[in-house]
Amino acid sequence: MTTLSTLATADTPFTDSGNTAWVLAAAALVLFMTPGLAFFYGGMVRTKSVLNMMMMSFISMGTVGTVWVLWGYSEAFGPDLGDKGLLGNPFKEFGLHGVLSAIYGYTPASGGTPAAGGIPGSAFVAFQVVFAIIAVALISGAIADRAKFTTWTVFTVLWATLVYFPAAHWVFAFSGYAAKTGGWIANGGGFLHGHGAYDFAGGTAIHINAGAAGLALALVLGKRIGFGKDPMRPHNLTLVMLGAGILWFGWFGFNAGSALAAGTQAAGVWVNTLAATCTAMLGWLIVEKLRDGHFTSLGAASGVVAGLVAITPACATVTPIGALIVGLAAGSICAFAVGLKFKLGFDDSLDVVGVHLVGGLVGTLLIGLLASVNSPTGLAGLKMQEGLFYGGGFLQLGVQAAAAFTVMIFSFVVTYIIGFALEKTMGFRLHEDDEDAGIDSAEHAETGYDLGNLFSGRMGAHGSLQDARHHDEEEVKA
Amino acid sequence: MKLVTAIIKPFKLDEVKEALEAYGIAGMTVSESSGYGRQRGHSEVYRGAEYTVDFVPKVRVEVIVEDMDAGSVVDVIVKAAQTGRIGDGKVWTVPVEDVVRVRTGEKGATAL
Repeated sequence: MTTLSTLATADTPFTDSGNTAWVLAAAALVLFMTPGLAFFYGGMVRTKSVLNMMMMSFISMGTVGTVWVLWGYSEAFGPDLGDKGLLGNPFKEFGLHGVLSAIYGYTPASGGTPAAGGIPGSAFVAFQVVFAIIAVALISGAIADRAKFTTWTVFTVLWATLVYFPAAHWVFAFSGYAAKTGGWIANGGGFLHGHGAYDFAGGTAIHINAGAAGLALALVLGKRIGFGKDPMRPHNLTLVMLGAGILWFGWFGFNAGSALAAGTQAAGVWVNTLAATCTAMLGWLIVEKLRDGHFTSLGAASGVVAGLVAITPACATVTPIGALIVGLAAGSICAFAVGLKFKLGFDDSLDVVGVHLVGGLVGTLLIGLLASVNSPTGLAGLKMQEGLFYGGGFLQLGVQAAAAFTVMIFSFVVTYIIGFALEKTMGFRLHEDDEDAGIDSAEHAETGYDLGNLFSGRMGAHGSLQDARHHDEEEVKA
Repeated sequence: MKLVTAIIKPFKLDEVKEALEAYGIAGMTVSESSGYGRQRGHSEVYRGAEYTVDFVPKVRVEVIVEDMDAGSVVDVIVKAAQTGRIGDGKVWTVPVEDVVRVRTGEKGATAL
């Protein structure tokens, strides 16, 4: 009893209950985005691969969540190795050692008296892991229908460890927050010469990163059988729209939660996130109406996601009008960008490049044009300048571009190497007979739907259950 | 006996069924089908990529009738299923050698 009450009193002056509650709720919102993504992607593939598509997202919750607890958190936010801003030490806080009792959000340098508003270290751990999970899951859309599931599972661990955690360290680890020294992009290290590139919630670390990785894997695995010839229509657009809705909902946690406090900044970011998504949907639909003649539901859902991607880095540094411009630009540019794969001949099946890489670049670069002191952060305390349109010159645009292209090239190269190594060792591409028959039955021994009369329920129980038991017994004997 | 098979627009099924019942037909078999005739398919656009969908959804109605009713049943179906626009479907008749009612073993016209 005494221990408990001592802990409670010791805790009270340091953590802010409102901020802690918001960050924990936001973390749950962001986790919900990954099943949302599973719906969004799952509806876009053909009937024969819906389960595999959804499982590629689900498995990253299992694998990335596990490695996050073990070494991932420490690698992304632990004490910096050699103070270069390149990587956290994966062993210092292995297994979240020492993190649960820590409190973040105040500067110990301020004479040991913590400023108000701190959150428990474990709340920060919770909030950041869900970003890592969805970053990995996003890649899967580029290689729909054709990746061996075991290899994909191994890939999620390797990619998180070798690509995502380092990139998250560069972009999200602010010096003095979780550890003394943070990442070079966030803190203006390296060739940025003291000018921080700003990525509020993950335009570079997540969307450009996942988009470039998707392109690399699409090239390693090659095109689906029949790409560009067979109709590969989305099999269930209602799932796609449901998924886009869940993503939008969860994204308020993603962006407004990234304030890591419940206050004016989070609220302003919330409004900007809404504003950009609205115009992005309109932008995409207008392009479609003018070019193809119809407002499509897939276009509306895609516009929503493109807008969310683009406002992710920019949501804290642009005005609400700026957010409307970011969204409109992202929606209309991405509506054109998704056609690139047919022209360039790579099979980025569900347009991870066209939506996430391009949308991420749009948002990250537009900060260089639209960053304003009238934004949610007011640029206060940030090592950055106003954007070009507000008289800040080209400097911030250059810094943003340097960060974006560094992450893009790093991600593409390392992902290509990982993918290539897996293809040569475990084999990454599914056998073509299995691909033809459908990856759901080949890799998971399941089918997504049981809607027909002939093979469902009591009408078509062709001796199956007994056969299945028999099969198990045989395996045990063997 | 004759087998009358009709391929019709799906939304015309209820009218065809009611017309056949009004004529006195006691049963029918209906299945979902797809295909194309002069109507051809249609195109759909997904993220700017245009796909041609060749097969249009249709409903297939099958009725077995006595020889003397065949002509009138065809007329009843055609009248009920017609919209006058392309894609209304087809109706055809073929001879049937025998029919057996599974429950009783009755054969021929008594099995209808």
